[in-house]
Amino acid sequence: MDMYARRRIVNGLVMALSVIATAFGLLWLVLVLWTLLENGIAAITPALFSQMTPPPGSAGGLLNAIFGSVVMTLIATLIGTPTGILAGTFLAEYSRGSRFGEVVRFINDILLSAPSIIVGLFVYEIVVVPMGHFSAWAGAVALAIIVIPVVVRTTEDMLNLVPNALREAAAALGSPKWKVIVMVSYRAAIQGMVTGVMLAVARIAGETAPLLFTALNNQFWSTDLNAPMANLPVVIFQFAMSPYADWQVLAWGGALLITITVLFLNIGARMLASWSTFKP
Amino acid sequence: MAADIALLGRSAAQRQRAGSIGDAIFGALTFFFALLVLLILGGVIVALVEGAIPALRTFGFSFVFTEVWNPVTEKFGALAPIYGTLVTSAIAMLVGIPVAFGVAVFITEICPLWLKRPLATMIELLAAIPSIIYGIWGLFVFAPFVQQYIQPAIIDSLGQIPGIGALFAGPPLGIGVLTAGFILAIMVLPFISSIMRDVFETVPAILKESAYALGSTKGEVVWHIVLPFTRTGVVGGIMLGLGRALGETMAVTFVIGNAHRISASILQPGTTISASLANEFTEAVGDLYLSSLIALGFILFVITFIVLAIAKLMLLRLQRRAGG
Repeated sequence: MDMYARRRIVNGLVMALSVIATAFGLLWLVLVLWTLLENGIAAITPALFSQMTPPPGSAGGLLNAIFGSVVMTLIATLIGTPTGILAGTFLAEYSRGSRFGEVVRFINDILLSAPSIIVGLFVYEIVVVPMGHFSAWAGAVALAIIVIPVVVRTTEDMLNLVPNALREAAAALGSPKWKVIVMVSYRAAIQGMVTGVMLAVARIAGETAPLLFTALNNQFWSTDLNAPMANLPVVIFQFAMSPYADWQVLAWGGALLITITVLFLNIGARMLASWSTFKP
Repeated sequence: MAADIALLGRSAAQRQRAGSIGDAIFGALTFFFALLVLLILGGVIVALVEGAIPALRTFGFSFVFTEVWNPVTEKFGALAPIYGTLVTSAIAMLVGIPVAFGVAVFITEICPLWLKRPLATMIELLAAIPSIIYGIWGLFVFAPFVQQYIQPAIIDSLGQIPGIGALFAGPPLGIGVLTAGFILAIMVLPFISSIMRDVFETVPAILKESAYALGSTKGEVVWHIVLPFTRTGVVGGIMLGLGRALGETMAVTFVIGNAHRISASILQPGTTISASLANEFTEAVGDLYLSSLIALGFILFVITFIVLAIAKLMLLRLQRRAGG
């Protein structure tokens, strides 16, 4: 009986610790979101969306930075999505069991978790140095390289969920393989693939490290993709690290904007995934 | 559609030929983009090595073991950033692994079914928050809190112990290696716990039920059945988290203090490879300075590549066993 009591106490302790660990994890989520709201709400004004980033000591907004972030994210998604989908299609539909496919899958998973600052260095070497200057193009390419592995992975996973019977039925009707893939596999897996793209966009929306040495920053309004372009993450970095109070307020405002965008994209992606025809 | 209608007029043989040409084109296209994934990784290695050559040629292998980092005299060594990267990641693992394990156990074994999904989602949202947000939060909220409450307590208690006291000595600055490591722990927690959760779910119910039937408690089932069964997956998840911690940039840059030196005390400022890059790269003047920074990046890449490759291999092993 003594041993029984001891085992029950140990068990109770283990259970209690795991409850505490979970509460501890959630605590940080709540704390981070709470401070963001507390400090960021005050900065969300019409000026934030209508004025340029100011020099220290004067009023302003984040319009050029918001614009730059949207443009670069858009270009990166436009480059990364088709690339990722086609590579993911290769892995799911063409490479079953092949050595080459396994290598690509392995490398892709490593790229998926590789430090994003390394991607920045890479793009600096292959785009910024040959061009001779920082540019929005370089920033977009760096973000695209982060999008690709995310889309490859989700596309492959989602295509693997499509039952083979569907492919066989289409093939039995005489369709060539590419038609089976485009008109049957893609259609069946579309929600999941869109989910992947949304998650990729959420990932790059707040990426800072790869933009530091590629798009750099720009205090002024610029639509020239061949020149440095302002973007939210780098502006937040610069403003938050500065000693100026009004810059710090803008940084909090930008931080709140990014977080809301990212959380909505994430939750939206999850909802879309839960409606998809074939569930993981 | 127009093409489809046009095809109707042709013979079956013609249609088949058109189909096989389409197949060849589409297949080649997907192959090309799959190859592109490999080319990106190859390109990263080539670009980093090429950029690092001037520094490695000047300083040789001692680059890795030198602590000096002096842009004025152009003497560079990677030891301080490497040390900072390893120590912050070690702190992150020490704090993060037990918490991630607790979360995974709670979600898979204890929590009621209706709470499972929302809870898992909330923990995963921790991973969705961009690292710059952790950075700004760490600098303005967490570091002052640490400075006011946690560090004085550590200095007064652990700092007074002879021997290990040196680890916890110095004025409470708020920012520093310990603070950076702790924020990293929060950031890698969701990655580790979601892998642990996934692998815990692969344990066959019959194994757990047998243990319960023999009278095991929940804790004993987790410790003696679930954990041994999923050991490789758990290690894989931990390595994946470690890979993230090693390369994490912005959050660390905000709170580590960016001092190119090795302090005995983990309460003092330091630097990591990624923080050095983020802080100094655009301001680096001179080819040797720039090349030394790229060499740092190359070292980081090699370390994370090895760690992530091990993670992937371990997870693959578990997957193969679960599949076959």
